[in-house]
Amino acid sequence: MAEDKKMFKVKIDNISVEVEPGTTILNAARLIGGEVVPPAMCYYSKLEGSGGKCRTCLVKVTKGSEADPRPMPKLVASCRTTVMDGMEVANITSPEVLDARKGVVEFLLLNHPLDCPICDQAGECHLQDLSYEHGADATRYEFKRRTFDKVDLGDKIKLHMTRCILCYRCVFTADQLTEKREHGVLGRGDAAEIGTYIKQSLDNDFIGNVIDVCPVGALTDNTFRFKNRVWFLKPVDAHRNCSNPKCCGKVVLWMRGDEVFRVTARKDKYGEVENFICDECRFEKKEKSDWTIEGPRKIDRHSVISQGHYVNTVKPKDALVEVLDGRQPKLLFDIHSESQVNRPEIDLSKIDGPAHSDDFIIKKS
Amino acid sequence: MAVVQFSEEKLNKVKEIVARYPQGKQKSALIPVLHLAQEAFGGWLSAETMDYVASLLQLEPIEVYEVATFYSMFNLKPVGTYMFEVCQTGPCMVSGSDQIIEYIKSKLGIGVGETTPDGLFTLKTVECLGACGYAPMMQLGKHYREHLTPAKVDEIIAECRAKANAN
Amino acid sequence: MGRKLLLDKAHIEGIRYYDTYRSNGGYTAAEKALKTLGPDGVLDEVKKSGLRGRGGAGFPTGMKWSFIAKPEGVPRYLVCNADESEPGTFKDRYLMEHIPHLLIEGLLISSFALGANSCYIYIRGEYAWIPEILEQAIAEAKNKGWLGKNILGTGYDLEIYVQRGAGAYICGEETALIESLEGKRGNPRIKPPFPAVKGLWQCPTVVNNVETLAAVVPIINIGGDEYIKFGTGKSTGTKLISACGNINKPGVYEIEMNISVEEFIFSDEYCGGIKNNKRLKACIPGGSSVPVLPANLLLKTAKGETRMMTYESLADGGFATGSMLGSGGFIVMDEDQCIVRNTLTFARFYHHESCGQCSPCREGTGWMKKVLHNIEYGKGKMSDIDLLWDIQRKIEGNTICPLGDAAAWPVAAAIRHFRDEFEWHVLNPDESQKRNYGIAHYADPIPVPAGA
Ligand SMILES: Cc1cc2nc3c(=O)[nH]c(=O)nc-3n(C[C@H](O)[C@H](O)[C@H](O)COP(=O)(O)O)c2cc1C
Ligand code: SF4
Ligand code: SF4
Ligand code: FES
Ligand code: FES
Repeated sequence: MAEDKKMFKVKIDNISVEVEPGTTILNAARLIGGEVVPPAMCYYSKLEGSGGKCRTCLVKVTKGSEADPRPMPKLVASCRTTVMDGMEVANITSPEVLDARKGVVEFLLLNHPLDCPICDQAGECHLQDLSYEHGADATRYEFKRRTFDKVDLGDKIKLHMTRCILCYRCVFTADQLTEKREHGVLGRGDAAEIGTYIKQSLDNDFIGNVIDVCPVGALTDNTFRFKNRVWFLKPVDAHRNCSNPKCCGKVVLWMRGDEVFRVTARKDKYGEVENFICDECRFEKKEKSDWTIEGPRKIDRHSVISQGHYVNTVKPKDALVEVLDGRQPKLLFDIHSESQVNRPEIDLSKIDGPAHSDDFIIKKS
Repeated sequence: MAVVQFSEEKLNKVKEIVARYPQGKQKSALIPVLHLAQEAFGGWLSAETMDYVASLLQLEPIEVYEVATFYSMFNLKPVGTYMFEVCQTGPCMVSGSDQIIEYIKSKLGIGVGETTPDGLFTLKTVECLGACGYAPMMQLGKHYREHLTPAKVDEIIAECRAKANAN
Repeated sequence: MGRKLLLDKAHIEGIRYYDTYRSNGGYTAAEKALKTLGPDGVLDEVKKSGLRGRGGAGFPTGMKWSFIAKPEGVPRYLVCNADESEPGTFKDRYLMEHIPHLLIEGLLISSFALGANSCYIYIRGEYAWIPEILEQAIAEAKNKGWLGKNILGTGYDLEIYVQRGAGAYICGEETALIESLEGKRGNPRIKPPFPAVKGLWQCPTVVNNVETLAAVVPIINIGGDEYIKFGTGKSTGTKLISACGNINKPGVYEIEMNISVEEFIFSDEYCGGIKNNKRLKACIPGGSSVPVLPANLLLKTAKGETRMMTYESLADGGFATGSMLGSGGFIVMDEDQCIVRNTLTFARFYHHESCGQCSPCREGTGWMKKVLHNIEYGKGKMSDIDLLWDIQRKIEGNTICPLGDAAAWPVAAAIRHFRDEFEWHVLNPDESQKRNYGIAHYADPIPVPAGA
C-alpha cells in the first residue's frame, strides 16, 4: 500500500494550502502565489542557512496549530518558520504586518544612497521593487548617510558597499559554491561591511554567482560592456557546452542587436537563480557565436524590467479586497506612472534589433 | 618589523588551548589565540599577524578577519603603550565619567581615539565594563582602575611615565 | 540581617582557595549529588527549588534542564554564561573573584545532572584577570579529585575550561555566545533550533548564568523544599543585586526576595540611601535593558502597593507602570541626573553592541542614538520625540534576538515616564545645555502617543 504522507493544512490570508511537514511559511505562500507571498530580501532557497536577517518577510501567526491554537506572540520571519498542521497566518491581511514591513523597508533604505539613476542594478533591484511596494513616501532620516569607499573585488566584480543590505547571500554563495571563501562580513553593527580586508581580488570558478544572488546593486558585473540600462537590453535564453562539470551552461544573454552585453544565470519568478553558472560562461563568453540561442526570455517577476507582465499584478484580485475587508491593499505601486521608460505595453523581446529610448515613448495614435 | 612567529612557550599554549575542544573544532581556539597574538605582537593585530593565526589554526584568512573586526578588544591599528579605556555608559556617566574624560583629555592634550605624540598614551571611550558600582572607572591593560578622581588620574599617568622610563 | 545562601561565607579570609572553601562546608553538595542523589535526583531538587535563571530572563532552570535532548552517542554540553555586560550588572564578577569554588562546585553538580562531560565558562574578555582565578580554582579542584576522570569513583568524568570573549555584549545572548565559543562572529542564531537540541557544535547544550549555577549548590545542600522557604511566591531563594549610581554604598548585595525596594535603597544594610542627601529621581532596577521608573512608581505600584524586590512585584503593571528584575543591575539616579542624557548613553551602548545581522536593530539603534543626540545637545524638534517613539516601536519584536527589544525598551520607558523632560530639552535648547531639568512632577505617568 502506498504510504500517504501526512500533509499539513495551512491558511495564509484565508487561502488554504496543503504542504509537506518542514515547509516554511514563505514556501507555503509561494505555493499559493500572488500577493500573499511575503517579500524576501535575504532568504534564498538554494543557499543553506540563508534567511532570517532582513525581516521583510515578517508575518503574523494568528493560530499556532490545530493542537495548540494559541497565536505566536511576535511576528515571525516566514522564511525561517516552519508550518504546523492547522496553522493560520496573516500576511497582507494584517495591518500590523504591513506596518512592521513598512518599518523594515524604511530601515533598509535608511542608509541606502538612493542612487538608482546611476546604479547598474536599477530595474532589476529587489530593494527598488520592495520600496515601491511597501515603502513610505519620504524618508524621515535627517542624518548623513553612511558611506564606504567603492572597491573592486578584482577586475570582474565591483562592490558598492553603500548599497548592500547585508543579506549574507554572497557569503553563503562563496561558502557553498566555491573552493574557498575569500570575502566576508567585516566589522559589526551598522559599520559591518562586505569585504576582503586585504586581498582585493576574488577569484574562484563560481564566485561570479554572487552578482546574481545579490538582491541589490552592491555586487555588479564589471565586464558588463558599458553602462546600459537593463531595460534597453533584450534577454534571450542561450546555452553552450561548458567544459566545467559543475556548470549547466544555461544562461541568459543580455543583448543589443548582435552584441552580448552581459551573461547571467537564469532566474525564476522569485528572482532566484535556477542553476548556477561558472565564471567562464559569465565573464569570458561575450560573443554571440559562443552560444546557441534558444529564444527570447520572459522575465516573470513583477520587477520594473518585466514590462508587459507587470501590469497584471498591479491590480489586486477582487478576492483580495474582500479579505482585506474593503481596505485597499497598499501593495503594488504602479511604477509605470512614475517612469518614462517602463511602458507596460512594450514587450522588450518583441522589438526588432536594438531597443532605443524612442521605443518607449508612447506613440499617440 | 620582526617576523610574526610565536615563541615555543606560546606555541605550546596554543596546543593546550586547541586541546580543549573536540577533534576538528580548532576554530574555537581563534579568539583565545588572537588574544595571545595581540599580546605577543605589539598590542595590535596586523594583517600578517592574522594570517599567521589563520595558518596556525588551519583557517581561511577571511575567517580570522571577520572575527577580529567584530570584537572591540582587538586593535586593528597600532595603539599607545598605555591605553586608557574609560567607560562612559549610564551608570558611570551618572557618577561623573564625563568629567574624568574631560580631565584626561586636557591632561594629555589629546582627544578621544587619539594617541600622544610620544606614542605612550591612547585615550578611548568604551561601553560598560562591569564595574558600575566602582565608577568612574577605566581599563588599563589587564586591570581596572576604579573610583577615579582627577588626583587618581594624575597618579596613574605618573605611574605609567615612570614605568616607561624604567624600560 | 537578611538570610544569605551564596555570599554567606564570602567574607571569610582565604575563601577563594580550596582548603578554606572545603573546610567551610564546600563540596559537600557535590558529594551529595554524585554519591546520593544521582542526575535525576539533582534535577528534582532544582525543579522543586523553583530556581529561575539569574541572567535576565528568569526562565525556570529545572524546566530548561529537562528540555535538553538526549540522543544516543552525542555529547552534551553545559556552558556557563559569564559574559556579564549588561550596564549596571557586576554581580557575577564579584562571585567569581571572591568564591570561585562555589561556581566550580555548581558547574560540577549541574554538568553531572545534565550528563555533560565538558563544561565551558565563557567570560567577557575585559575581565582579563578572572580567568586566572578560575583556572587556579579548577586546578585545585582537579587536584583534589573533584574534576577529571572517575570523580569520587562514580565513573563520571568532567573537564571545565575557561574561554575569554573579546568585547561584545551580544555574546551574552546564548546563541551568540555559542557562535563565539565556536570561534565565529557573535551573531545570534535564528531559532529554532534551540540550544537544548542543537547548541555548541550542533550538540545539545544548556547555557546558564554564573549566579544560577552557583545557586544550585545551596539548593542541593538544603534541598529544594527548604530553598522555596526563602523569598516570596515564584521568586524563590536569594538574588544578587549589583547596586550602582547615586547611592551611598554601591556594591553587590545578596537579598532574600522578600524585601521592599524602599528598604533596599534606603536601609543601611544595603544601598544606604541617596548620596549627598539628594532626592531619588528614578531607577532602572534590572540592568539597562529594563524600563526606567520614576521614584513614585518605583516605591509603590500603580495600585498603591509597596513594590518588592521580586520578579513579580517589579513587573507589576507591565511596561506601562512597571519594570523588571532582569539581571539585577540596580541603577539609581538622583535629582541632578538628566534622563535624556542617560537614555542617550544607553542608545549609544546598544548601537555600539548591535551585531548588525538584522535590519531593524542594525539601522534603528543608530538612528535612535542620533535623534537622542540632537535632543540632548539642543538641536531637537518636538516631532523628534514622536519619531523616537515610532522607531523603537518598529524595532521591538521585529528582530532576530532580544537585543532589539533591549534597545527599544529604555527609550520607550524614558519617553513614557519623562516626556516632559524631553519636551523641556526641545523648548529650552540653551538652558538645557547649562542645567538639568531636576526632579520632575511625575506623580502620574505621562500620556504617550497611540501605540503604547
Ligand atoms: C543581548 C543579550 C545579552 C545577554 N547578556 C547576558 C549576560 O551577559 N549574562 C547572562 O547570564 N545572560 C545574558 N543574557 C541572557 C542569556 O541569553 C540567557 O538567557 C541566559 O544566559 C540564560 O541563563 P539563565 O537561565 O541562567 O538566566 C543576554 C541576553 C541577551 C538577549
Ligand atoms: S553584497 Fe549583495 S549579496 Fe552580499 S550581503 Fe550585500 S546585499 Fe547581500
Ligand atoms: S537584534 Fe541586533 S544584535 Fe540581535 S541579531 Fe539583530 S542585529 Fe544582531
Ligand atoms: S527573507 Fe525572511 S528575513 Fe529576510
Ligand atoms: S557603566 Fe561603566 S562600568 Fe558599567
